[in-house]
Amino acid sequence: MADLILTPNLPRPDDVYADLLAAHEGLSKEESDALNARLILILANHIGDRAVLQQALKAAKDAAPA
Amino acid sequence: MNKIFEIPLYPYTRSPDQDAESPVRRKVVIVGAGPVGLAAAIDLAQQGVEAIVLDDNDKVSFGSRAICFAKRTLEIADRLGGGQEMVDKGVVWNLGKVFFGDRKVYEFNLLPEEGHQRPAFINLQQYYFEDYLVKRARQIEAKGAPIELRGQNKVLDVTDKGDHTVLRIDTPEGEYTIEADWLIACDGAGSPIRSMMGLDFVGRVFEDNFLIADVVMDADFPTERWFWFDPPFNKGQSALLHKQPDGVWRIDLQLGWDIDKDEEKKPENVIPRLKAMLGEDVEFDLEWVSIYTFQCRRMEKFRHGRVIFAGDSAHQVSPFGARGANSGLQDTDNLVWKLKMVIDGTAPEALLDSYDIERIHGADENILNSSRSTDFITPKSETSRIFRDAVLDLSEKYDFARPLVNSGRLSMPCTYDGSPLNTPDALPGGPDRTRPGAPCPDAPLGNRFLLGDLGDRFTLLTINADAPDTLDEGGIAVTRLALSAADDATGALAARYLGDAKSAVYLIRPDQHVAARWASFDDTATRAAIRRATGQE
Repeated sequence: MADLILTPNLPRPDDVYADLLAAHEGLSKEESDALNARLILILANHIGDRAVLQQALKAAKDAAPA
Repeated sequence: MNKIFEIPLYPYTRSPDQDAESPVRRKVVIVGAGPVGLAAAIDLAQQGVEAIVLDDNDKVSFGSRAICFAKRTLEIADRLGGGQEMVDKGVVWNLGKVFFGDRKVYEFNLLPEEGHQRPAFINLQQYYFEDYLVKRARQIEAKGAPIELRGQNKVLDVTDKGDHTVLRIDTPEGEYTIEADWLIACDGAGSPIRSMMGLDFVGRVFEDNFLIADVVMDADFPTERWFWFDPPFNKGQSALLHKQPDGVWRIDLQLGWDIDKDEEKKPENVIPRLKAMLGEDVEFDLEWVSIYTFQCRRMEKFRHGRVIFAGDSAHQVSPFGARGANSGLQDTDNLVWKLKMVIDGTAPEALLDSYDIERIHGADENILNSSRSTDFITPKSETSRIFRDAVLDLSEKYDFARPLVNSGRLSMPCTYDGSPLNTPDALPGGPDRTRPGAPCPDAPLGNRFLLGDLGDRFTLLTINADAPDTLDEGGIAVTRLALSAADDATGALAARYLGDAKSAVYLIRPDQHVAARWASFDDTATRAAIRRATGQE
């Protein structure tokens, strides 16, 4: 079983972050929510491993402020 | 109005039991003459076990109700002797289309696997299904099978006496009492027997209402399953269009939770909805309208001593996936051979506990699938709607999202993994689909099919392997079906039963499920597997 990567893995993190913001530029809240949902589904399919996705869901939940 | 609804199929006649000095003891009494009760009665009676069916009505059920009958159900009907008529009358369909808003997002083909006698699904009104089973019951009754259908016999109360039950029954000519060694309650989701016994029925209620209409029209919609998410004619809700025999179309429209059911059912409210969906110019007649709310729930146990629950009385699912009647037929398929062996004394009463284990496994699988479909079709929160719509939007463009679209996962027979009746798999390289617990897949054998040669008894299926032609283990007769891979030129038999193995020996239960399998015959192992499959180990 593959492990979820939680160490820095993006060569140019600022560029990727800027891409995310750019994609949402000018969208309403509703459109942004829909875009995010589509993006999550596309990435989930790309990962294609339920165990990794479960680790990702847990990691995301765990990072919520207390 | 279709006249089939009006003709009493099993009109009340006086039974000698009503004039008996003391209550007559009957072998098996079945309450409810729906698809499940009738199937149970035919299955028992044609194997020589007395079956008395009581129903408070005397006609087929009103309206189309269950309309989608799966291959496994047709195979069971074949074993009971009624499958051909159903297939001849039914509408076979393979193509489904999914719409989102005003767009068709994709279409799918069920692409049924070749080499099965029966199609993946037929659409057939429940009243036809019942009508054919009643005819079959009459046919075997005429040949002397111990079956009786008692119309307008309403059970008033049931008393559990440990080794039998006592039933007080009302008829148009007054009350009478009978005793039953075994009672099978097939009296539907609202089961009066369950209530009389004060038994639980817990689960999840889905807060939604669906308008269901049978419409007779002469329209050129194709023979396909059309499903709409959020269509323009039913904003924010869903809709389904499906063809049945006789030019009858089933239409399901989701209505939401806060509605006035009586208002919505009125033709002056239904007809405009249907016109918006079908087009202003389409001529149609309303045959039946109903509004339903559904629940996903089951009894904690299906067997309570000498009273056994089967079908909707034991478990209820949402209609998405056609898992109601289809799973009910699998219940009786599972139950009847066990009950017969217990009655005959060839198996201990403990065998019936495996009915609970196996069919609760089946019910949980059906509840899981139909709950998930319901959650997709009727999202319960803003976020779940966002994800649902994202899947639908993606499905129009990308293949990967299509398997995520869930407008009902259509009924498949349950594999009894982990059942105490299974012997661990001992066929290296054997296909997964025929592992112990699995229902036997059909395969062509020249001009006949495999499943026609299986069922009603224990069978030792040998493929490229030797074994004795008959075997007796403690009064249980096992007959061999000797085949070779060459008996099926298409290769389906080998693909489904050999896989990478060169030879195989399968022990197959009377309900056509695999109990055990090996590469070659071993007398000791086979006998142990028979004992295990009959609750003796």
